[in-house]
Amino acid sequence: MTQQADTPQDTEKDTGQAAAPASAAAPAPPPGRFDAVRRRLPKSTFARHALAALGGLVVVFLVLELTNPFRNSQFATMSYYAIAAVGLTTLTGLNGQISLGHGALMAVGAYTTGLLLGPDADGAALPLPIVMLVAMAVTAVVGVVVGAAAARLHGPYLAGATLALAVALPGLAIYFDEVLGGEQGLRIAAPRAPDWFSDAIYFLSANETPGVKYLAYVGWITLLVVLLLMANLKRGRVGRVWQAVRDDEVAAELAGIRLGRTRVVAFVVSAACAGLAGAVLAVVVRLAAPSGFTIVLSLSLLTAVVLGGLGTFTGALLGSALLVFLTPTVTNLGTSLGLDATAAAEVAPFVYGVVLVLVMLLAPAGAVGVLRKVWHRTRSDRSGSSTRRSA
Amino acid sequence: MQQFLNVTLTGLAQGAVYAAIALALVLIWRSTRIVNFAQGAMAMFTTYIALALIEAGQSYWVGLLVALVSGLVLGALVERVVVRRVEGGPELNAVIVTLGLFVGFQALAAILFGSTFVSFPAPFDLRGFTVGGVNIAFTPNSIFVIVAVIVVMLALVALFRFTNLGLQMRASAFSQEMSRLLGVRVGALLTLGWALAAVVGSLAGVLIAGGNLVSPNYMDAVVVYGFVAAVLGGLESPGGAVVGGLTIGLLLSYVSGYLGSELVALASLVILVAVLLVRPQGLFSHAAARRV
Amino acid sequence: MSTSSDTRPADARTTGLEVVGLSASYGPVTALDGVDVSAEPGRITAVLGANGAGKTTLLRTISGLVRPTAGKVLLGGRDVTRAPAEMIARAGVAHVPEGRGVITELTVEENLRLGALLGSSRKRTRQQLDDIYTMFPPLAERRGRHAHTLSGGERQMLVIGRALLSGPDVLLLDEPSLGLAPRIVAQIFGLLRELVDDTAGERLSVLLVEQNARSALSIADVGVVLNLGRVVAVDSAAALAADDGLRHAYLGF
Repeated sequence: MTQQADTPQDTEKDTGQAAAPASAAAPAPPPGRFDAVRRRLPKSTFARHALAALGGLVVVFLVLELTNPFRNSQFATMSYYAIAAVGLTTLTGLNGQISLGHGALMAVGAYTTGLLLGPDADGAALPLPIVMLVAMAVTAVVGVVVGAAAARLHGPYLAGATLALAVALPGLAIYFDEVLGGEQGLRIAAPRAPDWFSDAIYFLSANETPGVKYLAYVGWITLLVVLLLMANLKRGRVGRVWQAVRDDEVAAELAGIRLGRTRVVAFVVSAACAGLAGAVLAVVVRLAAPSGFTIVLSLSLLTAVVLGGLGTFTGALLGSALLVFLTPTVTNLGTSLGLDATAAAEVAPFVYGVVLVLVMLLAPAGAVGVLRKVWHRTRSDRSGSSTRRSA
Repeated sequence: MQQFLNVTLTGLAQGAVYAAIALALVLIWRSTRIVNFAQGAMAMFTTYIALALIEAGQSYWVGLLVALVSGLVLGALVERVVVRRVEGGPELNAVIVTLGLFVGFQALAAILFGSTFVSFPAPFDLRGFTVGGVNIAFTPNSIFVIVAVIVVMLALVALFRFTNLGLQMRASAFSQEMSRLLGVRVGALLTLGWALAAVVGSLAGVLIAGGNLVSPNYMDAVVVYGFVAAVLGGLESPGGAVVGGLTIGLLLSYVSGYLGSELVALASLVILVAVLLVRPQGLFSHAAARRV
Repeated sequence: MSTSSDTRPADARTTGLEVVGLSASYGPVTALDGVDVSAEPGRITAVLGANGAGKTTLLRTISGLVRPTAGKVLLGGRDVTRAPAEMIARAGVAHVPEGRGVITELTVEENLRLGALLGSSRKRTRQQLDDIYTMFPPLAERRGRHAHTLSGGERQMLVIGRALLSGPDVLLLDEPSLGLAPRIVAQIFGLLRELVDDTAGERLSVLLVEQNARSALSIADVGVVLNLGRVVAVDSAAALAADDGLRHAYLGF
C-alpha cells in the first residue's frame, strides 16, 4: 500500500515522456468529439479519479436521500458486497489468483469490528472510522499469512486451499466461544450518526438521518474510497506489474518482477478490502456469526465478480448490484411458485450457481465483456466504411 | 489407551470415506485436469435421493443402489452438458464452473429436500463391539463402510489394470491426442470417467451419512478433506489417494479426539498448506516436483 | 517440373488414400492451400519440403486432428473429411505423429495392446503381439517396462509396431528419422520398405513426411514437394532426386 503515494506522479511521468516525441513527430490528430471535455480534465490520474469519486459521492447523496429506508438498507448491503467484490476483482482479475476465502476474510473484519464496538450502543470506546481501519489492518495481517501460502499456489490448488480456509475459519469462532460467541455469534451495536453528520445532511436535504441511511453512507463512502485507491493502483506501476504477472508469469519474471512478493502484496491488498467489507457488514447486519460467513458468501462474491466480468471494477459494482437487487425478485419468484420461505430463500443461491456456470460457458468475459463487444462492434460498423476502402 | 484405540478406529472408518472422495477427485483430475469441487455436492444430492426412497419405505440397499446409479447418470450428464465446454480451456474457468455446480446442487437440494438436518439410517448396528468387557468405538457399520470402500477400490483397480476399457481410459488420461489417433473414443471415456467418479463419490456420500444427520451442506467439509487427501497422495495416483484418505482420516480423528472437533477443518487446512509448500508432489508420489 | 507421373490405371486409386484440394489454416495463417496428394497401396509416398511447408499439417488434417477449410480426404474411395480423429483411425489410418507419440506412462506392452485394440480378437492379439516382438526384439526384452525408459530408436520401433498392430490400410509417418542416429534411420527405413513390399496383396499405403529428403527419397516410390502450403512438384522418387534445381530450391541437398 505504501507504493500508492508515488503512483500518480509515476504515471504522469510515463505518459508525458511517451506523448512528447509522438506529438513532435506526427501532426496532431483532428479533434474528436470528447477532446474538448478531455482537455479540461486534470492531467494527473489520481486527481481525475478523485474527481470521479466526488461525482460518485454526489450521486450517492442523491440516491440515498431520494429512496426509502428499505432501498437504503439494500444499498448498505450492496456496499459491502461491492467492497469485497472490488477486492476480489483486484486479486482475480488483475493478478490472476482466485480466492474462495474472501468470505472468511470478511469474517475476520466483522469479528474484529464486533469485538471493538461491543453489543452496547453507548459503550463503544472508539469512533467507527478507527474501528474500521483496525478491522482492515487485522484482516490485512491475516492476508499476509494466507497470501504467503497462496502466492506459491495456482488454479485448482489455490481454489482448494482457500476453500479449506472458508470451511475452517468459522470453526475458530466456535472453539473460542467465550470471546467470539460460538454459534450465536457476536451482537454488535449499530453506531448512530454523529451530530455533525446528521446536521450536514439536514442542511443539504432537510432530511433526518436514521441509522439505516447513516450506515448506507458509511458503506458507500468506504466503497468510493476503496474504488479511488484501487483504480489508482490499477492504473499505476503496481497494477501494470500485477497484470504482467497475470498475463505471462515467465515474461514477468524475466523482466525482473518478483512473482512471490507481487502475489503476496496483491493478496494483502485484496484481504484488506475484504476486512473493510466485513466491518461494514458487521455494522449493517449488527451481528457476526459463523452462519453469516459460509462458503456460499465466498461463492456469492465470486458470482458478483464473474457476472461483472473478471477484472473490471465496473463489473464488480454491477455484479454486486445484481446480487443484491435481484435476490428479492428471485426469492419472490420462488414463493410465487409455491415454495415455502426457507426453500424460496435457496432459489437465489441456485440462480448464482446456474449463473456462474452459464457465464463461464457462454460469456466468459462477463456482462461488461459482452457490453464492450457490442460497443466495439457498433463502433467498428460505423467506422467500417472508411477502413474498408483500403481493403 | 482406550481413547487412543477408539479415536484410531473411528479415524480409519472416516479415512475410508475420505479415500473414496479423494479417489473420485483423482479420477477426474487425471483425465481432465479439473478438480471437481462439486464432487461433494453431487454426492450429497444422490444421498438425498437415496433418503427419499428409504423414507418412502424402500430398503437401505435399494436406496444405496439408486444413489450409485443416479451418481453414474449425474456424473455423465455434468461432463457431457457442462464440463465438456470448459475442458482444456483456462483453468480458472473450469474451477469457477465446478464451484457454480457446487452452489447450484446445494441450493437445489435445499429447495427439493429442505435445508434442515434429517437423520439417515445405517444398515448395520451403530453400537460398538465389546472387547474384553470394554465397549469400543468400532461398530458393525464401520466394518461395512471399510469393506464397501475396499470393494469399490478393488473393482477400480481391476478395471484399470486388467481390462481394455481401463487401458483406454488410462491412455486417454495421459495423452488425449495420441489416444484419438489410436482410435480410442476419448470423449466417451471422459464421460465414463466422470460417471465412475460420481459413483465413487455417491458411495462416500451415502456411507458417511449412515447413522448421521444430513443437511444440504454436510459434504462441504468432506470434499475439502477429500481434496486434502488427494493432494497428500499426489493428486495423480489412485493409490496415493487411498493412503492419503486414511492418513487424513486418522490425523483429523486425533485432532477431533484430543483438541476439539471445531478445529478439524482448520487442521486439514494446515495439513494442506504444509503439504503444498513442503512437498507439492505429494507424500506418496514418485513424480518429479510439479507446479502447484 | 511434371505435375503427374501416374503409371497406374485410374481405377487403382479407389483403394489407398486420396487427398483433393485440401486447405487448412491456423487462425488467419493458411497452412495448406489446395493440396492434392495420393498414397497408393504398396507404395511409399514421401512428402518433402522445408520447415513450415505444411507437411505436418497435411498429416494432421488427414487424420482428423485439424479441420480442413476446404477439400476432401478419401479413404478407399470413401469420404472421411471432417470425421473425428478416432473414426478416421478406425477406418484404417494409422498416424505416427511428430515426436513419435509414445504414451510414456504406460508400459511397452500396454502401448502395443492399445494399437491392437483396433485389430481383432483377443487370441489373435496375442499372436500379433508376438509377431511384433519377433520383428523388434528389443521391445520383447522391455515389454513390462514403462515406455519412458526406451531409447529414441526403441520408441520408433514401438510406435511403428503399435501402428502395424491396428492393421492399417494407410500409414502416416511424421519425421520418423528425427533425432535418430543415421544407422538406426537406415534400419527403420529398410524395415519400412520391407513392410510395404512384403504385405500380402500390397495393401499398405505409406505417406512419409520427412525433412531428411535424401534418405526418404531413397526408399520412396513417389515424392511430393510442398512449399508454403502448396504442392510444387510430384514425381517419381528417382526423378525428384535427379532434379538438381528442385533439390537446391526446396530439398536442401
